[in-house]
Amino acid sequence: MKKASKYIYLTLMMIFLYAPILVLIIFSFNTTKSHSVMSGFSFKWYQQLFRDSAIMSSLMSTVIVAIISSIVSTVLGTFAALGINSMKKLPRSATLGVNNIPMINPEIVTGVSLMLLFVFFAARMNFKMGYATLIIAHITFDTPYVILNIMPKFRQMDKNLLDAAADLGCTPMQTFFKVTLPEILPGVLSGFLMAFTYSLDDFVVSYFVSGDTVQTLPIKIYSMTRRQVSPKINALSTLIFAVVVIVLIGKNIVEIKREKKLNKYKLHRRGEI
Amino acid sequence: MKKIWCLASILVLIAGVFTACGQNNQLETQVISNMDKEYYSQLAEEGVEINVANWGEYISDGSDGESINVVKAFELLTGIKVNYINYATNEELYAKMKAGASNYDIIIPSDYMISKMAGENMLAHIDFNNIPNYNNISDDYKGLEFDPEDKYSVPYFWGTVGIIYNKNVIKDDNFDWEILWDEKYKDNMLMFDNPRDAFAIAQIRLGYSLNTEDTKELEKTAELLKEQKGLVQAYVMDEIFDRMGAEEAVVAPYYAGDAVSLMAEYDFLGFKVPDSGTNMFVDSFCIPATSKNKKAAEMFINFMLEPEIGLANTEFVCYSTPNTKTYELLSDQVKNDGISYPSKEYLNSKTEAFKCLGSGADKVMSELWTEIRSEVNIDL
Amino acid sequence: MKKIAAAPYQLWMAIFVIVPLFIVAYFAFTTDSGAFTLENIIKTADYAPIFARSIGFAALATVICLIIAYPLAYIIANMSKNVQSTMIMIVMLPMWMNFLLRTYAWQTIIGNNGIINNLLSMVGIEPIKMLNTSGAVILGMVYDYIPFMILPLYTVMAKIDKSIMEAAGDLGCNGFQSILKVTIPLSMPGIISGITMVFVPAISTFIISKMLGGSSNLLIGDLIEMQFLGTSYNPNLGAGISFVLMVIILIVMAFINLIDKSDQEEKVII
Repeated sequence: MKKASKYIYLTLMMIFLYAPILVLIIFSFNTTKSHSVMSGFSFKWYQQLFRDSAIMSSLMSTVIVAIISSIVSTVLGTFAALGINSMKKLPRSATLGVNNIPMINPEIVTGVSLMLLFVFFAARMNFKMGYATLIIAHITFDTPYVILNIMPKFRQMDKNLLDAAADLGCTPMQTFFKVTLPEILPGVLSGFLMAFTYSLDDFVVSYFVSGDTVQTLPIKIYSMTRRQVSPKINALSTLIFAVVVIVLIGKNIVEIKREKKLNKYKLHRRGEI
Repeated sequence: MKKIWCLASILVLIAGVFTACGQNNQLETQVISNMDKEYYSQLAEEGVEINVANWGEYISDGSDGESINVVKAFELLTGIKVNYINYATNEELYAKMKAGASNYDIIIPSDYMISKMAGENMLAHIDFNNIPNYNNISDDYKGLEFDPEDKYSVPYFWGTVGIIYNKNVIKDDNFDWEILWDEKYKDNMLMFDNPRDAFAIAQIRLGYSLNTEDTKELEKTAELLKEQKGLVQAYVMDEIFDRMGAEEAVVAPYYAGDAVSLMAEYDFLGFKVPDSGTNMFVDSFCIPATSKNKKAAEMFINFMLEPEIGLANTEFVCYSTPNTKTYELLSDQVKNDGISYPSKEYLNSKTEAFKCLGSGADKVMSELWTEIRSEVNIDL
Repeated sequence: MKKIAAAPYQLWMAIFVIVPLFIVAYFAFTTDSGAFTLENIIKTADYAPIFARSIGFAALATVICLIIAYPLAYIIANMSKNVQSTMIMIVMLPMWMNFLLRTYAWQTIIGNNGIINNLLSMVGIEPIKMLNTSGAVILGMVYDYIPFMILPLYTVMAKIDKSIMEAAGDLGCNGFQSILKVTIPLSMPGIISGITMVFVPAISTFIISKMLGGSSNLLIGDLIEMQFLGTSYNPNLGAGISFVLMVIILIVMAFINLIDKSDQEEKVII
């Protein structure tokens, strides 16, 4: 009985989480533009997708902005984490406090405040909103996540390692690249990926700071929801989703296999096989 | 770290996508083949880019596979690169320009917004010597109230506002604007999501001018709109296409041109321009004062006035053209269906165009609009 | 080198986080000609019902998220290690579909002629109005933000030592009691961080209400958007409303921090 209710609950949750996804995928194969009536099965939106230069160029802008801003924020954040780690209590908590602002502040306020800043400077310094402002805004909300991912790694790191490196004649620079960086690398990587995914999917902040020359994919999609979302967008999302699913499943299988091997190996060593 | 593989694969996918999209521009090459090469190649070598801001789906873009991609054709012909951007309402366009967040070379605001922008020195004087095709524009659309001296604007499309309705539900088209206050259609009715168009409908019912600046009259109008709010399913603009098409709603006021495209797609929809009168609007090309590529912008306007380009646009967008040469190319069926081109008599006696409101009235309307939209009622 | 390593970042944050907030404050307290005024803040009081509605909806959505996410996180945390990572993957996967599209898809599901009503009419039940209601907005909030609730809950629960639960059992707690007395208190940091991560975006959204809410479900986010890029242009009033919103969220955060005694730095990471 208890088990049954558990499975019913899990099933309901899965339906809830996946119903919209299924709807989106199904209608990418529709023969008409409709999002409510399925009139037949076709791949025509997939074919048209690759010919739609507007969607393709907004996909391109999205990727460009996400790559640049996640790389810059990873570098910026890594050094910041290094610095914060060796700070005294007061400046440390002040810096971390500011670091929390972009995460706690509502996105719309972040977007609006950056827009006002850019408008203020644009009027005085004669520049345009576009890639530059988008990337700056993305770096601003990405970096805190990078720092959050790296800080725990610093805490886990054995401080003696650094002393040892210094004793063995490493310059601070060498110590950083040869000792510190390899230790915190997992944090840096996961920070980078988090930043990248946040950038990729951001709509609200981008909406306010993109100006008019650049349209990222989420902004393009938003402008479409005001009329009719083209099934081409469904097709694109389905493709991206499919790639993600395949990769994650592949990764999971590899991991499970590795784990099994490891277990076998352990048992073997204990002489149980 | 797990996701790095995802990332890599997505990048591979994207790279594949970009190599896969070879394009052919047959239609575009054909349409530009007999245009004035000398005029259009003036800026070809200078690597000019222009930013064109337009309403959604307000230009022939080749997306249906049979129409011309007008922007592409212009790029092929002139060597000028076009960044094409959409906006949804005149107010959004104004807000973006006012905030300094924008950098447009071509905008296509409606009548009242043109006079408002002109009044605030936001528009550049157009040099009509650079636009030989301006002669194609019918005299009916020159010297209009919003730009009496034809300094700032070149008409693109015009049209009227009417009521789109579902013929399966509303069998009899013997109705007027009152239908938008009819309890029968509670929750099945859509309404304009911009103050000017929404107020206009209530103003016609109350017998006020669409350009009234009288605060009392504006407040009365707002009251009527608040009364309607309980019946309205949603305040929308182009979402009308989705909702009327999917039969989520049965009646909505909207622009004639969009009604024509909707009716072409869904035969259960009808359109009526109410007898009691309506708003007639003109959307025109303008060049913002901040434009740095005025000459290229003027070339773009001239291109849009080419008869075949005008035809491609009007067939795609379904709005009414002010271009006489394009009008001649239209089929008799379109000319005579009474929707896109109502009789001269009706246009002259029953329609009113928007003018720019004084800043006081404008502010009052804007505040009343926020008030209407923000009134609270909870329905779980 | 370490001393100055954080300097570029601090400079960056000063320019792009602190300064913009001051600009918002400046706009909030001035007229469009730049003179000092309290009018924008006072006018915000006119929109108190909208604030109340936004707070109410966001709070309700947060509670619903907590109630339906908690058992899920608990079940997953008690599965075998391999299954756990797969399950979390499955739960997080929908996030890879664009947020706007997922919300848009709900229109198709709950519309008057939507999938649910079509299914209902097949079994002869009258269509139910779901789209364009307050309920639809709350549904949208729950759907869009529930992963932010599940993840921190799961992270905390996965760390709870199973032997503590066994000990509770040995000491005479039944299953329900041990959840109430052991799991919930131990998962408090996850609960707190989940609440924050759902409540803050929910209170300030303007997409969900626009897409699912119909005519009468305007939220603070919509109101702010209207003043900046929408149909009633007034950036000073917009800044005023944003300012008040920020203050409200600060108060809520301070309140939550009072309840939550865990280490500042650890907390946000979860």
